[in-house]
Amino acid sequence: MALKIVKGSIDRMFDKNLQDLVRGIRNHKDDEAKYISTCIDEIKQELKQDNIAVKANAVCKLTYLQMLGYDVSWAAFNIVEVMSSSKFTYKRIGYLAASQCFHESTDVIMLTTNQIRKDLSSPNQYDTGVALTGLSCFVTPDLARDLANDIMTLMSHTKPYIRKKAVLIMYKVFLKYPESLRPAFPRLKEKLEDPDPGVQSAAVNVICELARRNPKNYLSLAPLFFKLMTSSTNNWVLIKIIKLFGALTPLEPRLGKKLIEPLTNLIHSTSAMSLLYECVNTVILCVQKLRILIEDSDQNLKYLGLLAMSKILKTHPKSVQSHKDLILQCLDDKDESIRLRALDLLYGMVSKKNLMEIVKKLMLHVDKAEGTTYRDELLTKIIDICSQSNYQYITNFEWYISILVELTRLEGTRHGHLIASQMLDVAIRVKAIRAFAVAQMATLLDNAHLLTGNTQRNGICEVLYAAAWICGEFSEHLENPAQTLEAMLRPKVATLPGHIQAVYVQNTAKLFATILKSQEGNADGTTSEETTQLMIDRLPLFVQSANLEVQERASCILQLVKYIQKLQQKDVEVAEEVSALFAGELNPVAPKAQKKVPVPEGLDLDAWINEPPSESESEDEQPKAIFTKEEPKHSRPRHTEVDEKELAKRREARKQEQANNPFYIKASPSSQKVYQDAPGVEHIPVVQIDLSVPLKVPGLPMSDQYVKLEEERRQKERAEKKKKEKKKRKEKRSGRGKKHDSGPESEEDITPAHMVDIVTEEMPENALPSDEDDKDPNDPHKALDIDLDKPLADSEKLPVRSHRAAEALKSPVEDAEAENAGPQESKKKSSKDKKEKKKDKDRKVDAGNLITSTDLLHLVSLTDGFLFFVCDIQGNLQDGSQVVVSVIFENKCSSFLKSMEFNVLDSLNSKLQRPEGSGPHDGLTVPFQLPPGVSNEARFVFTVQSIVMPQKLKGTLTFIVKNEDSSTHEKLDFKLHFTCTSYLITTPCYSDAFAKLLESGDLKSSSIRLEGVNMPFHHLLARICFHHHFSVVERIDSCASMYSRSIQGHHVCLLVKTSAQTVSIDAKCDEPTLLGNVLDEIKQTFSQC
Amino acid sequence: MQFMLLFSRQGKLRLQKWYVPLSDKERKKISRDLVQTILARKPKMCSFLEWRDLKIVYKRYASLYFCCAVEDQDNELITLEIIHRYVELLDKYFGSVCELDIIFNFEKAYFILDEFLLGGEAQETSKKNVLKAIEQADLLQEEAEGRV
Repeated sequence: MALKIVKGSIDRMFDKNLQDLVRGIRNHKDDEAKYISTCIDEIKQELKQDNIAVKANAVCKLTYLQMLGYDVSWAAFNIVEVMSSSKFTYKRIGYLAASQCFHESTDVIMLTTNQIRKDLSSPNQYDTGVALTGLSCFVTPDLARDLANDIMTLMSHTKPYIRKKAVLIMYKVFLKYPESLRPAFPRLKEKLEDPDPGVQSAAVNVICELARRNPKNYLSLAPLFFKLMTSSTNNWVLIKIIKLFGALTPLEPRLGKKLIEPLTNLIHSTSAMSLLYECVNTVILCVQKLRILIEDSDQNLKYLGLLAMSKILKTHPKSVQSHKDLILQCLDDKDESIRLRALDLLYGMVSKKNLMEIVKKLMLHVDKAEGTTYRDELLTKIIDICSQSNYQYITNFEWYISILVELTRLEGTRHGHLIASQMLDVAIRVKAIRAFAVAQMATLLDNAHLLTGNTQRNGICEVLYAAAWICGEFSEHLENPAQTLEAMLRPKVATLPGHIQAVYVQNTAKLFATILKSQEGNADGTTSEETTQLMIDRLPLFVQSANLEVQERASCILQLVKYIQKLQQKDVEVAEEVSALFAGELNPVAPKAQKKVPVPEGLDLDAWINEPPSESESEDEQPKAIFTKEEPKHSRPRHTEVDEKELAKRREARKQEQANNPFYIKASPSSQKVYQDAPGVEHIPVVQIDLSVPLKVPGLPMSDQYVKLEEERRQKERAEKKKKEKKKRKEKRSGRGKKHDSGPESEEDITPAHMVDIVTEEMPENALPSDEDDKDPNDPHKALDIDLDKPLADSEKLPVRSHRAAEALKSPVEDAEAENAGPQESKKKSSKDKKEKKKDKDRKVDAGNLITSTDLLHLVSLTDGFLFFVCDIQGNLQDGSQVVVSVIFENKCSSFLKSMEFNVLDSLNSKLQRPEGSGPHDGLTVPFQLPPGVSNEARFVFTVQSIVMPQKLKGTLTFIVKNEDSSTHEKLDFKLHFTCTSYLITTPCYSDAFAKLLESGDLKSSSIRLEGVNMPFHHLLARICFHHHFSVVERIDSCASMYSRSIQGHHVCLLVKTSAQTVSIDAKCDEPTLLGNVLDEIKQTFSQC
Repeated sequence: MQFMLLFSRQGKLRLQKWYVPLSDKERKKISRDLVQTILARKPKMCSFLEWRDLKIVYKRYASLYFCCAVEDQDNELITLEIIHRYVELLDKYFGSVCELDIIFNFEKAYFILDEFLLGGEAQETSKKNVLKAIEQADLLQEEAEGRV
């Protein structure tokens, strides 16, 4: 063995350390990948060695490689090995590697639970610190559940260093395991007043993070925070507190008033910009101060100023509007981030009066903008601004249509969709504009070649979809339908995307019908016949289309036209019938309308329409029952589960469908954003196009003209008004003095250019417009919306220690938890004990009857439930002769417990470590007092000489129970059971090393058989791992090898086999007595189940 | 804070710390995206940008970019201060820190970060305390190595 170690360290001298690796990588710039792959091979070799120093070095190098982007997930197990090293140097490296490489799906994480627990309770604060730090990066819901109580205990650790970390990590635990919030909260609150400023700020941090997500549960803390805010001088803490108040004030308006004074003080006194910003953000009154920020030459402050402005805008739009000049200036900034912020602000600043002017400015920017992203952003903003609140600010829709048409000149944009939907929306809902819109669209169609350019993969061609539909649907407004029809049947159309072609084909039919109708009266039928011939000539092109939709529509219409031609040749009048095909007005329907239709009386949506499919029916057969599939929402929960994914898929599909359907109208500007994200748009590749050639669609009116026209119109109106007023004044000249002068016109004065009737979307009667289902159900913080003022129920207490594996496997046997369930379970026992105790007059009963075969024991107080304590015995990794007993004391009564003294009668083999100078029979004072309901943990170290035999030590705990009027001395007897298992330490082992160990022949063997074990094999293994500190080396079917090591370095190897209900365990160990005892203990564990 | 990245002007990652569990693939994608975006920005531009639903706060120190992702409601200026504080800590520990220090002692840089931030929140605002904790842990390590 010794030789091996020496050999290991010699080997080590030749290994590369991290510095060598880094240097090597820098020297191999040309063939880095090759160099690293040889390094990885070396590392693999190093990891196979027994020497932990070599392994740690290898893991350290892997962590570096992981950062460079190499996959190191294969070494996860080795990382765990290094984590469990007893030396801080290696442990630190192991935890670092774990925190960098592990994530929730790393499966070895579940092996680490016990290791982490051990490190958390290590006497060395830096071990604990490293474990907490690591845990903060890779905590999983399982780890959070299993370790919540351990971490909670650490929140009261004597060292502020640990308390601080424990408090912070609790936030991560709450997120992963929300049930822990209520039990842990009182202690967290306590930490707000911790003497150590670090701990205090950590607690403020955690509570603020919790509170800003669910503020209403934290209102009761306001006074405490108020006190902190006025007393603290730490800017970091102040910022968090102010943020917290920002979240609380909307719920409790009185707070606002109270806050004004301290906040103003801070604003005036602080020199820290960050604090000032936070205050300003919260107060939202200091617009003038913000102006200073925006005018500052520092780009960062400028950005933040704009950001804060946009927050104020929501509540006080007036006060922001006065800074329009400044914001428009920011649009010219070089920095895109700042320009985008300014754009956001503009959205809220428009009015009927300035809309045209602002949009004009934006259009200029669109022309100038270089990057596609920014240009697209501008485009969406223009549309957002114009369409907000149901086109509230648009006075002239002709102008808006021409803006939209101008926007189509933007090639390479991804937002063709958006423009198209706007065109459709306006044309459908603003009846007065239809004639104009149709004329514009016809021109667009005529010049389609300009839009599509030489590539069909251009987002902007989506506009043609809208244009074709508008021209078809409102074809009665067309001046020259024949020309449009011709434009729509050009061969070039066949290069457009399928869904657009389909619309083209369908709408040619509508145009055709219109033309027939208009020609009906004409004696000379040539035009009709020519049109029919045109259709028959051109449609076959679409019949050949690869797109099913296009093909189907085209062949259908082609047949129809051919039939019409026959009738025409017989001089039959067909126009009436043909137009009847497309008769009727289609009204827009609100997207939520379907949901709002009230359920008619007598209709039970949950009732089956068809008989439900029988149980035995397989999944594939389900579609037969059409209605159950159609309405999965209303079917039984069993089906809902199955269909959840499918539902989501369909919802997505439906959204997509609605996006393309002109009859679905986006309810509000916010939903437009959703639309923009619809997957269909993203699929359209963006093509960069040389824009040096100005693309002017001939014959299209320029929006600028409208601005001028509008200005003239308004002036005229004003002039007329003045005239009228003058008249009035003339009439009233003798009357009172001047009435108001119509200097700057007010909002109401502007009358729309056209009588506009904006059709609102249809909703079923008595449906209430609401947006209640807008919350995201997947928000992790939603789970933390927990009432914290309710008293704690027993069932909510944290498990003191729970069996990770057993629970994860959903063990059907409950007794595994019985020992681990902690308080609840023991309480039951305590009541049982109370009954027994009544017989016992001296109020002292050997609590040993509760001692379990594991290292975990619950001792329940016999003094009327004063005290409850749990202890956990663990071998000390650093020292082979030490065992640490951690005892959690919990005060279960309503009195104060103090002067607790813990004493154990030493045996020859095991001795309680007492401070120097005290006698062998002196008790140890427990270093804390317990107010009612509080628990705390103390650790006692025992020296053990031989670990091969289990041992029981008798002990007593004395304490004083102090009431308001009296105090009594109480005593509790207990037994500590040092099982052999408690000397074992879970140590992972490689299968190679395991095989070598077995081959070495130094080990003595022994075996046991367990009869009637009725549990799945993996439960059995999990149980051995958990109760007896083993780790699984390898598992093949119903056979597994397991390994553990004692604190004195004895190897214990098990081979577990199972057949029927018999389990045989063959075991090997270099110490036969130890082995025998461990096996006995295993047997006992299973005899209890 | 969701994560912190350190990378060089050449776009090489020097340090990464993730406070939210993500798969390697996502991490790689995010860092690639961000490094590209940030390197494309000009020195005179502001230190903030919106990215997905997060806010990115970055700052350049010599040849290294320090980049943090914070949530929507977080304070950008304090994030800048966190970055600055971390740089100060590195500077104190290494003595006028340079990129090479971080490359060769990257584990130390992580240890310092871990003492300063935990789970994405500042855990210790006092520079002195952070350095003290690091020194003591180092001492412990040296003792252990001495014993070997």
